[in-house]
Amino acid sequence: MDAIILQILNGLDKGSAYALIALGLTLIFGTLGVVNFAHGALFMIGAFCAVTFSRLLSVSHEVAVPGEVDFLGNPMMRDVPYIYDILGEATGAAVIDWAVPLSILFAIPVMIGIGFAMERGLIKHFYKRPHADQILVTFGLAIVLQEVIKYFYGANPIPTPAPSAFTGSFDFGALLGFDPGSIIYPYWRLVYFGFAALIIGAVFAFLQFTTFGMVVRAGMADRETVGLLGINIDKRFTIMFGIAAAVAGLAGVMYTPINSPNYHMGMDFLVLSFVVVVVGGMGSLPGAVAAGFLLGVLESFASMPVVLDTLPGINQIIIYLVAIIILLTRPRGLMGRKGVMED
Amino acid sequence: MSKSNLTRRGLIKTGAVAGAAGLTLPTYLRADGHSGFTNAPTGSTVTLGFNVPQSGPYADEGADELRAYELAVEHLNGGGDGGLLNTFSSKALDGTGILGKKVEYVTGDTQTKSDAARASARSMIEKDGAIMITGGSSSGVAVAVQALCQEAGVIFMAGLTHSNDTTGKDKKANGFRHFFNSYMTGAALAPVLANNYGTDRKAYHLTADYNWGYTTEEAVRTSTEAMGWETVGTVLTPLTQTDFSSYIAPVLQSDADVLVLNHYGGNMVNSLTNAVQFGLRERVANGKNFEIVVPLYSRLMAKGAGENVKGIFGSTNWHWSLQDEGSKAFVKSFGTKYGFPPSQAAHTCYVQALLYADAVQRAGSFNPCAVGEALKDFSFDGMGNGPTLYRGEDHQCFKDVLVVKGKENPTSEFDLLEIVEITPVEQVTYDASIFGGELGACNPGA
Repeated sequence: MDAIILQILNGLDKGSAYALIALGLTLIFGTLGVVNFAHGALFMIGAFCAVTFSRLLSVSHEVAVPGEVDFLGNPMMRDVPYIYDILGEATGAAVIDWAVPLSILFAIPVMIGIGFAMERGLIKHFYKRPHADQILVTFGLAIVLQEVIKYFYGANPIPTPAPSAFTGSFDFGALLGFDPGSIIYPYWRLVYFGFAALIIGAVFAFLQFTTFGMVVRAGMADRETVGLLGINIDKRFTIMFGIAAAVAGLAGVMYTPINSPNYHMGMDFLVLSFVVVVVGGMGSLPGAVAAGFLLGVLESFASMPVVLDTLPGINQIIIYLVAIIILLTRPRGLMGRKGVMED
Repeated sequence: MSKSNLTRRGLIKTGAVAGAAGLTLPTYLRADGHSGFTNAPTGSTVTLGFNVPQSGPYADEGADELRAYELAVEHLNGGGDGGLLNTFSSKALDGTGILGKKVEYVTGDTQTKSDAARASARSMIEKDGAIMITGGSSSGVAVAVQALCQEAGVIFMAGLTHSNDTTGKDKKANGFRHFFNSYMTGAALAPVLANNYGTDRKAYHLTADYNWGYTTEEAVRTSTEAMGWETVGTVLTPLTQTDFSSYIAPVLQSDADVLVLNHYGGNMVNSLTNAVQFGLRERVANGKNFEIVVPLYSRLMAKGAGENVKGIFGSTNWHWSLQDEGSKAFVKSFGTKYGFPPSQAAHTCYVQALLYADAVQRAGSFNPCAVGEALKDFSFDGMGNGPTLYRGEDHQCFKDVLVVKGKENPTSEFDLLEIVEITPVEQVTYDASIFGGELGACNPGA
C-alpha cells in the first residue's frame, strides 16, 4: 500500500509538468488553431530564465585567498558576488539561495515577451497553412531555440538547487500510520505540485470569470461570429499565446531544482505532452489537465519493479499504449470536442 | 560448345557502368587511394581524424576532447611547451611531426549516435584521407566506429569508452583503447566500498538500458558480491529517462542499504539528484547509513550534479590533481592554453594521439598493421597513469585505476573529486579470454 501511495505522489508531480505544458499547448491550439511544437522549448527557456537569474544574482568579482594557490600555482582567487557588497553577506546569500522562486518575477515578463515575439514574428504567418506546415515550422523553431541555449549555456546539465528551506523530504509514512521513512517525499516536489495546481486554477479562473476569458472562450467556440460582433479576437488570442508561453515558462522555472536543466529538456517533455493533449482531447483544457495527471501516475506505476518483472519494458511504452487504447475506444480523446481537427 | 552473348553495344554499356562505378568507389577501395594501405600519406603532411561529439548531450565532453587533440597536434609539430612529450618514456617523437610529416587534422561530429559517428568517420577517411580515427564519448559509438575502421583499414584509437565490449566481445585488430573499463571499475571499487561500508551490505542497482550499463552492473555486482554484498534488486532504466523518482521510490520499499547508479552523463546527474532529493543520503536502513555509489565518475558530469556528489565513491581513469610528472606536465600545458584543468576525456584523447604517433615513429611506417604491431605489448610510462601496458591480446591498456570520492569542501568549480585510492594494476588485470570476441587479422585496407 505504501508503495502505491508513493507512486501516486510521484505520478502527480510528473503529471504536474505534463499538465502545465499540455495546458499551454491546448490553449494555443484552441485559440489560434496552431499545433505548436515549440512549446517544449518554451518550458526549457523558462528553466533557463531561472539559471540566468541565478547567475545574474551571482555576478562576482575576484578576491585573492591568502596562502592558497590554484591548479597552475597562481594565487587562488575566490569569487565574491556583488550582491554581498550591496546587501551584506548574510542577506546576499539568502537572496541567492531563493533565486529559483524569485526568478518567477524575472521569467513572467521574459516569457510573455518571447510568446508575443513568436506569435507576431512567425506563427501568425502560418494560421491559414495546413497543420503539417505548422508542425514543421514550430519544430524547426524548437531546434533553433535549443541550439541557441546550448551555444550560450553548454550541453551539460546546470545544477539549480531549491532554497535550502525546501531541501529534504516529508515523511508521509509517519503521518499516515505506516513505517516511518517508508513514504518520504521531497519538499520541493510537493511545492511543485501545489504550484502547478495554483497555476492551473488561475488559468481556469481567468477564462471562466473574467470578461476577457469569456470573449476568448467564445472565440474558441466560434471565431467568425465573435469577429462579426466587432471584437478584435486576434489581439486577444495573441495575448493568450503570451499567457500560454508564460505558463510553460513558469513550469520550467519551478522544475529546475527537480532535475538540473539542460538544453534538451524541452524535447524530453514535448512528445509526451502532445500525447497528453491527444489523450485528453484536442482543444479540451480540462482534458489536458486530467490526462497529464493520469499518464503521469500510470508512468510511475509502470516503473515499479513488480510491474517490470511481469511486463519487462512496459515502462517505456505505457503512455503510448494507453494513448492507442483510448484513441481506439474514444477517438476524440477523453474530453475531446466534436469537429476539432476533423475537417 | 559455348555461346557468347557479347555484343558491341553490350560491351560499351558494361564499360560505362564499370567506369562510373570506379569513379564512385570509396577512396579507400580504389587502387590509387593507397600505397599498400589506406590513405598512405604522399606529401609533406599526414591527416588525423578526430571524431568527437560536437553536438548532442556529450558536446561539452567532446569540446574538451577536441581541445586535447589540438594540443597534441601542436606538441607533435613542435609547438607549445611539448607537454607529455617531455615525460613520455618513449623518446621516438621529436616535435617534427610524424615520420617528418607535419600533422594536420580534420574533425567529425559523432552526435553520440552510432550511425552519425560512422558517417563522420567514413567521410574523414574517404574525403579527407584521414590515416587514423580517434575520439568519442560513448561505448556504442566506439564499437560502431571501431568496426568501420577495421573494414576501412585504418587504426582506431578509442576515446572515452568504458564498456568491457570495446576490447572484449567487439574487439578488432585495428582498434586500441587507453581508457579503463567496467571490469576494472568493479575490481578497484569493491575493496574500497567494503573497507568503508563493510561486507554486510544489500545493494540495489539502477542501470542504464544499453551496452555500457549492462557491463558496468555486471562488473560491480560480481566484485561486490565476491566481497560479501548481496544484490537485492536491479532495474533497467531507459536511456531517455530524465526524472528517476519512480525508480528511486521502490528503493525505499526494498531492504537495500546501498544504491548503485550505473548511469553516466545526464542520466547520472538526474538519478543522483533525485536520489538525494528523496533523502537517501540521510536514510538509515538495516541499522546502517544508506550509501550511494556512482561507478564511473566524470568531473564534467559531477559539476552538473553540484553538491549532490559530496562523499560519493566512484572511479575514474585519470584526474588532474595527480602529482606524477606526466600529470603535472599535462595539466600545466592544457591549463596554460585553455585556462582550466583538463578532464579525463581530454587526457585519454591526448594520450591516444601521442601513442599513435609514437607507434608510427617506432614502426617507421603509417601502415596500420605495422602501427598495430608497434602498439601491441608496448610498455610505457610518463603519461599520467604510471607504468602502462598496451596488452597485445585485446588491445586494452592496463594501468592503475583511481577510486575517487566527491569532495566535501571543494575550493573551486574544478575541485569536485578527491582521489581516495590508486588501485594497483595487478588488482584490475584479468584474463583476456573472459569476455570472448576475436581480434581477427589486421586490415591495412589494401
